[in-house]
Amino acid sequence: MPNLKDLKNRISSVKSTRKITSAMKMVAAAKLRRAQEAAEAARPYAERMDAVLANLARAARGSQTAPRLLRGTGAEQVHLLVVATAERGLCGGFNSSIVRLAKRAADKLIGAGKTVKILTVGKKGREQMRRDYAQYFIGHVDHGGIRRIGYADANAVAEDILARFDSGEFDVATLFYSEFRSVMSQIPTEQRLIPAAVDDDDDDASGTVINYEYEPDEDEILADLLPQNLAVQIFRGLLENGASEQGARMSAMDSATRNAGDMIDRLTIQYNRSRQAAITNELIEIISGAEALQG
Amino acid sequence: MAETLNFELVSPERKLASTEAEAVTIPGMLGDLTAMHNHAPFLTNLRPGYVVVRNGTSEEGYFVTGGFAEISNNAVSVLAEEAVERSAVNRAFIEEKIARSEQTLADAAPARKQAALQKLNDYKALLGQVPG
Repeated sequence: MPNLKDLKNRISSVKSTRKITSAMKMVAAAKLRRAQEAAEAARPYAERMDAVLANLARAARGSQTAPRLLRGTGAEQVHLLVVATAERGLCGGFNSSIVRLAKRAADKLIGAGKTVKILTVGKKGREQMRRDYAQYFIGHVDHGGIRRIGYADANAVAEDILARFDSGEFDVATLFYSEFRSVMSQIPTEQRLIPAAVDDDDDDASGTVINYEYEPDEDEILADLLPQNLAVQIFRGLLENGASEQGARMSAMDSATRNAGDMIDRLTIQYNRSRQAAITNELIEIISGAEALQG
Repeated sequence: MAETLNFELVSPERKLASTEAEAVTIPGMLGDLTAMHNHAPFLTNLRPGYVVVRNGTSEEGYFVTGGFAEISNNAVSVLAEEAVERSAVNRAFIEEKIARSEQTLADAAPARKQAALQKLNDYKALLGQVPG
């Protein structure tokens, strides 16, 4: 049995750990609220963009002059996987679950004889992917110094991807990120970026196809819109990721705090028992000593 | 009461404005246009410039760097790449944009040179119009 002093030290060290994890939980909660607000604020733009793009894509569908971003290169040989994760750890399974999804997709593509290229956004994803897939890496975007992801950051990532697409480095691009459902649940998601995944069903809910007048003309607007759409998609992914990260960290820190509390309770009981045992021992020694003198 | 339409200005990061307006002037790619009640459905992309919203005698202005605008059902939605209030625009702001577009032009792929050059020229034209 450990002696009393050791137990006392352990209790105090677990107590300070609990203090840290509960502080981290509070911080994550505050950041989560901000991240959620940011994600919410970005929604109207993305929805409008989707609607307009769907309208245009319907018209351009099947046309040979449709921009390559919409129709693809015609091949599906080289795949670019954009893996977006957090810059920091200590957020439960957040990073690993995104990486797991990306690895599964990469293995499947490699198994099917395709070429895979990987671009990572966020330090943690790079570290985890690099163990097994270092030879496929073509780049990394560091968002370490950025406190709040802005549209400009997403745009930079989009421009990087576009430049690679223009120079023919890949045919299909897919983004991996984590969709924010709630504090308890974040869903790792893959989304196709290029060719653009546009919902161009004729029979969508709105039903009414509006006949716009276009200026300059449809093709030009579409060509202008698609790169912007790419940036918007990435921006949305990064914002969802931001909220998910804080949510995952909050619940991870919550359970860490609870575990620390349980541990303190256990150690305290052990400490009290040992203390009582020590007292009893001393009493026995005193009594038996006194009895020996009497006898 | 004058007839109005619904005006909305959103950037990827937030919604800047959502009001009723009598007339909205938009810097379209091929020239400025003003939308009023019952304007035909219209879609255009934007060049850098001012979006001006008029309501009676009051007037509000925003600066947009690009994006596109959609007019339908008496609603004008301006989806700006980046948007700020007009009062926030000054010489330094435009000069920074010019510097950035020059950079973009230098880095641009051949297919995008034309658009980048046009943007740069738009900014240069604007520079003459802003107060110090």
